[in-house]
Amino acid sequence: MAKPEETTVWWNQAHNRALMFQVLLGLAVALFFFFIGRNALHNLEQRGITTGFAFLGQKAGFGISQSLIPYSEVGSTFGRTFVVGLLNTLLVSALGIVCATILGFTIGVARLSSNWLIAKLASIYIEIFRNLPLLLQIFFWYFAVLRTLPSPRNSMQLGDWAFFLNIRGVIIPRPIYEQGFGLVLAALIISFAAMVFLKLWANKQQEKTGQQFPVLLISLAILAVVPTVAYYAAGTPLHWELPELKGFNFQGGISILPELAALLIALTVYTASLIAEIVRSGILSVSHGQTEAARALGLRQGKILRLVIIPQAMRVIIPQMTSQYLNLVKNSSLATAIGYPDLVSVFAGTTLNQTGQAIEIIAMTMAVYLTFSLTISFFMNWYNARSMMKER
Amino acid sequence: MKKMSFIMVAVFLMISASLAAAGTLDEVKKRGQLVCGVSTGLPGFSITDEKGVWHGIDVDGCKAVAAAVLGDVSKIKYVPLNSKERFTALQSGEIDLLVRGTTWTMHRDTALGMNFAGVNYYDGQGFLVKKSLGVKSAKELNGATFCIQAGTTTELNLADYFANNKMKYETVVFDTHDQTAAGFDTGRCDCLTSDQSQLYGLRTHLKDPASAVVLPDVISKEPLGPVVRQGDDGWFNVVRWSLFAMLNAEEMGVTSANVDEMKKSDNPAIRRLVGLEGDKGGSLNLPDDWSYQIIKQVGNYAESFERNVGQDSPLKIARGLNALWNNGGIQYAPPMR
Repeated sequence: MAKPEETTVWWNQAHNRALMFQVLLGLAVALFFFFIGRNALHNLEQRGITTGFAFLGQKAGFGISQSLIPYSEVGSTFGRTFVVGLLNTLLVSALGIVCATILGFTIGVARLSSNWLIAKLASIYIEIFRNLPLLLQIFFWYFAVLRTLPSPRNSMQLGDWAFFLNIRGVIIPRPIYEQGFGLVLAALIISFAAMVFLKLWANKQQEKTGQQFPVLLISLAILAVVPTVAYYAAGTPLHWELPELKGFNFQGGISILPELAALLIALTVYTASLIAEIVRSGILSVSHGQTEAARALGLRQGKILRLVIIPQAMRVIIPQMTSQYLNLVKNSSLATAIGYPDLVSVFAGTTLNQTGQAIEIIAMTMAVYLTFSLTISFFMNWYNARSMMKER
Repeated sequence: MKKMSFIMVAVFLMISASLAAAGTLDEVKKRGQLVCGVSTGLPGFSITDEKGVWHGIDVDGCKAVAAAVLGDVSKIKYVPLNSKERFTALQSGEIDLLVRGTTWTMHRDTALGMNFAGVNYYDGQGFLVKKSLGVKSAKELNGATFCIQAGTTTELNLADYFANNKMKYETVVFDTHDQTAAGFDTGRCDCLTSDQSQLYGLRTHLKDPASAVVLPDVISKEPLGPVVRQGDDGWFNVVRWSLFAMLNAEEMGVTSANVDEMKKSDNPAIRRLVGLEGDKGGSLNLPDDWSYQIIKQVGNYAESFERNVGQDSPLKIARGLNALWNNGGIQYAPPMR
């Protein structure tokens, strides 16, 4: 039998059609971006506004209150201010994520506690901090709480130690590493390796014999003993630079800015209240039968939580945690309201104003946040895939 | 607000296909309203009173332009801007005119697509310190912490000054005048640094104004003036000559009180000033009585100065550099002929 004759022309065939529309759409999008890009350049030129990235090599000439890398207001470039702001944003975000996770888990579990008082306190905490705008909370910590601290000359001191607290922040001694400190570091690394090894060995042992080995206690002992021995063996290669009140401020030591403290507290407290709810919903999603079964096996309450409930709850918790982490990073840009030198304040603020190149700088800043967010998403998706239900 | 104007400038620059090169004057006339960028609240320069009415020497700069173009100082929409927002607001066309204590520098004049139309206040950067510190000169400020407003020439001058004098300092950078003053007031900083005129104004907002002093040191030149977009010469002329009209009026002794009287004067220079002779408003594309309206409704430069920052105000700033050229200062307007 002969093949049925082709009745439709080629441009009416479904898959050719689809391809053609894809190409047309692609072209339209490309054309649109080409048009707005060219237009922006044309208008900038016509208005006499400088364009390009040459400004990154120019001297910045303004001071920044906190920098994790060497920065000098005289010699450093605008490009350097970008890195300084970026690192400050990373610092507060990373600390915030760690603190909020710990606090959030604690509160979330506490809310489900069978102790009436603990459960109520946890739910009061959550209802208060989850429902107040974050900016208001930042202002509260910065203006209402930290601004009431005393002046440098009337600093609070922790006993006789060189720890000071005043309106300029917390001032602590700065460690100065001398020759031989490498030995202590090496000892630390070796202890960590030993701990991992111990854990693996203990797991195997338990599988084989059913006997449990006190891993935690031994690990702590290793961590305490080995580096201490190394420290004295190397001849105590660590000294402290003590802060001292000279003139207006404390000289020496490390000072933790009140702006950083206020921002970190606000981000942690706010995000923790949201994480607590996520943790609670995660735990509640695990059916009560699991708890009962674990109890029937004779497991203690702590172990039930750690070995049975949490691993299953994590499947619900992780995807939602991802969006809380992303929010925390993006919320850290509220730093600019209280003068913490983050990327938005330093780079998209002062640098933008001194150079006037809004489009380039805002584009760079957006690219940074996009990169942060995509990295966190990527990492959390990987972790999520790992902890998902494995079908065997 | 801030983010809005960044986005606005980007979107505007991307979408607008062509620019009406000489359009601002026509636009303002057609709209019947001047949109003027001012500060978020700086005593003496631009601040609202308890009824929400704007006052100040910068506000008078806006009013002079509105009087000249529209014949009515009330036809103004004030847009309060912090120092980080101000240039994008002007570049994006959100405002017609920026009068916000903005220092005239080469970079701003040449690289940002803006033009400075003149100088309405000659200023210099100074220091406000707590009396209790016992500091007498800026040279004693080694190691001090400074509260500064973000995105100002102040930040740069401070770095230069301390580097030159081999001294160290720390900064805390805030967005608005109020936050900066609050930072100083609560003791977060030892010292507030800004243009000297602003220090007098901000001092009146402290809990105890007598607890702080302005040091005598002035470490920079800060010529402050009205700013317009580059490439709009007609509008530039209007703004520049609105300021010059006020200076010339002071020089000839014409005030808001006696301007009607002065219309009868035989002095040809005065007759040109009040729009009775000469070119009048023609070459500026303004009504013939444009300068008369400025003097009648706003007053001459001396009136504006004394009312807002001088002896009739809480600030009590002396004329100093801002006196006329024939009076020991450097305010000088070209002749109107």
